Amino acid sequence: MFYREAGQFKTGYAADMAVFPILQDRVGIAVILLLAAVVVPLTGSAFFLSSVMIPFLVFSLAAMGLNIVTGYTGLISLGTGAFMGVGAYACSKLSTLFPGVNILVWILASGIFSAAIGALFGLPSLRIKGFYLAVATLAAQFFLEWCFVRVPWLYNYNASGAIDVGTHTLFGIAITGPTASATARYMVLLGIVVLMTVVASNILHGRIGRSFMAVRDMDIAAELMGIRLLPTKLLAFALSSFYCGVAGAAMMFLWYGGGEASDAFNINQSFQILFMVIIGGLGSLIGCFFGAALLHLVPIFLKFGLPAMGIPLAGATAEHLNHLLVGSLIIFFLIAEPHGLARLWQITKQKLRSWPFPY
Amino acid sequence: MNALYSIFIDPFMQMGASPDLLVQTLWEGLVSGVLYALIALGFVLIFKASGVFNFAQGIMVVFAALTLVGLHEKGVPAWLAVLLTLGVMAVLAILVERVVLRPLVNQPDIILFMATFGLTYVLIGLGEFIFGGEPKQMITDALYLPRGAIDVKMLGGRVTFQKIDIAAAIIASTMIAALALFFQYTRIGRALRAVADSHKAALSVGISLNQIWAIVWFAAGIVALIAGIMWGARSDVSFALQVIALKALPVLILGGFTSIPGAIIGGLIIGVGEKLGEFYWGPLVGGGIENWVAYVIALGFLMVRPQGLFGDKIIERI
Repeated sequence: MFYREAGQFKTGYAADMAVFPILQDRVGIAVILLLAAVVVPLTGSAFFLSSVMIPFLVFSLAAMGLNIVTGYTGLISLGTGAFMGVGAYACSKLSTLFPGVNILVWILASGIFSAAIGALFGLPSLRIKGFYLAVATLAAQFFLEWCFVRVPWLYNYNASGAIDVGTHTLFGIAITGPTASATARYMVLLGIVVLMTVVASNILHGRIGRSFMAVRDMDIAAELMGIRLLPTKLLAFALSSFYCGVAGAAMMFLWYGGGEASDAFNINQSFQILFMVIIGGLGSLIGCFFGAALLHLVPIFLKFGLPAMGIPLAGATAEHLNHLLVGSLIIFFLIAEPHGLARLWQITKQKLRSWPFPY
Repeated sequence: MNALYSIFIDPFMQMGASPDLLVQTLWEGLVSGVLYALIALGFVLIFKASGVFNFAQGIMVVFAALTLVGLHEKGVPAWLAVLLTLGVMAVLAILVERVVLRPLVNQPDIILFMATFGLTYVLIGLGEFIFGGEPKQMITDALYLPRGAIDVKMLGGRVTFQKIDIAAAIIASTMIAALALFFQYTRIGRALRAVADSHKAALSVGISLNQIWAIVWFAAGIVALIAGIMWGARSDVSFALQVIALKALPVLILGGFTSIPGAIIGGLIIGVGEKLGEFYWGPLVGGGIENWVAYVIALGFLMVRPQGLFGDKIIERI
């Protein structure tokens, strides 16, 4: 009823190619942005912001990174956690070497380092594909994880072996470190995520994104059409790792605020992000947000929601139940809709359009 | 120059100086290689028959071992516990085929891969729910597995062979031989090979794919139980054991996803390479390289032969 494109005529190619071609979509995205930028920080408690919204945004960013290489280019990568780690360590090194530069610059620049490492570990992708490649990216995961623990230069020879996050400010407001408020950290992160989503959307809708998708759909055919495979695949790995690196830096600086990095960037993190991408929808940007929301919120709900509703759960039982539930959810979603939540969203929109008629 | 010396010359000097240590390291590498091969075998069985990359193999090992130990703790005699565990694995195989694989037929590989991931989580949750999270002791005595060690004097030193390791090597070899015979000479084995060759052709001569899938998952379950007993006897039975699945992956890419001999030889190469690397080259970089050295060996190998040692060469058409 409300979601109709009737009467909205396109008068140029630009309007035809728009990311949000329908007025209602544009209004919807504006409302969501307004909610995220004004209502959430004003009404959300510090707990809500720092343990629901900030992790959600970090995971969305990482899932976006993985989606570029797995969903759009069709190369399975299991090294996401390690590439996030590279970002975090690069950011911490850079901010200690050049303390004068704003931390925001370093959070974004740390992506460049993980992009370089990602491209390096993407090299085998020309020779091998499928599960062989997935296992090859595990080499990156284990090797980098080992580096994080064994190369003391990376964590500035800290006795604890952890990343130290000092206090950095933006416009005089602390955004990292123990004194930064949850609202400040959330706003900075929101800015980064919105900016990077817009950039990703533009890249993926343009020539580069199309060449990624051509490689995904059939690499030999893509090669015959004049797409050079090696640069395309390496670019996909680099771009993906860039996003993962920024997500990792944001995770360490804006969410964790320092601590045991080797735990945060292990193999389970890689798998968790892969889940988010698959459940959210391969090859869909909005799916990254759906997947991150679902997989991050279910455990939180089990941990805090159920006791609040009067169903007491011991910590260990909640943990077991969490595993059981997440596993069943994954299988259920794969069977119900192998294309993920993003596909469900599309179907819903289609139904809304033709409502009240079935088609 | 010094660095080059300590990388390329010094380790070999050490090997020459104390051959008994070299033999000891080689033996340990071979034993863990056999066990990696056993786990890789579970992967290969399922991948050959259904094209599913079964990530849950590692947790199946833990689950089988936990069921065995849990049943024995309840007072069930060991032989009955083994039989009951096999029953549990059979039920699991049928359930997996019914609930997970059948609705997902014809989906892309990565979707099926993810489904086995979901299965991993379900099995972890279920196992923790039923048996609790604490590590358990494997019932070595009740299963008549030997303990202790044999010391052999050789090459101017002494080499220690753990009896359990010898038993593991023998049992794993028997298991692999039995599987090979089963594949070669039985009706079901022939059907399995047919399915591995071509799903469509197998269907058209009247082989039930659903049945075959349940059977291979059960076979993988048996392999998992054996692997679980062997690994459990060397360390505790706990959920930490599931990381050995990650150890078996380089074995798979080295040997090829579809080759049983590949899994065995790959397992031995990885096992020996890992132990030699850790022992002789590990100290140069601060140790702990066991986790990734296997992957680097496999990765280097893949650059030369992308389909692995014995894998099928993939021919692509447009």
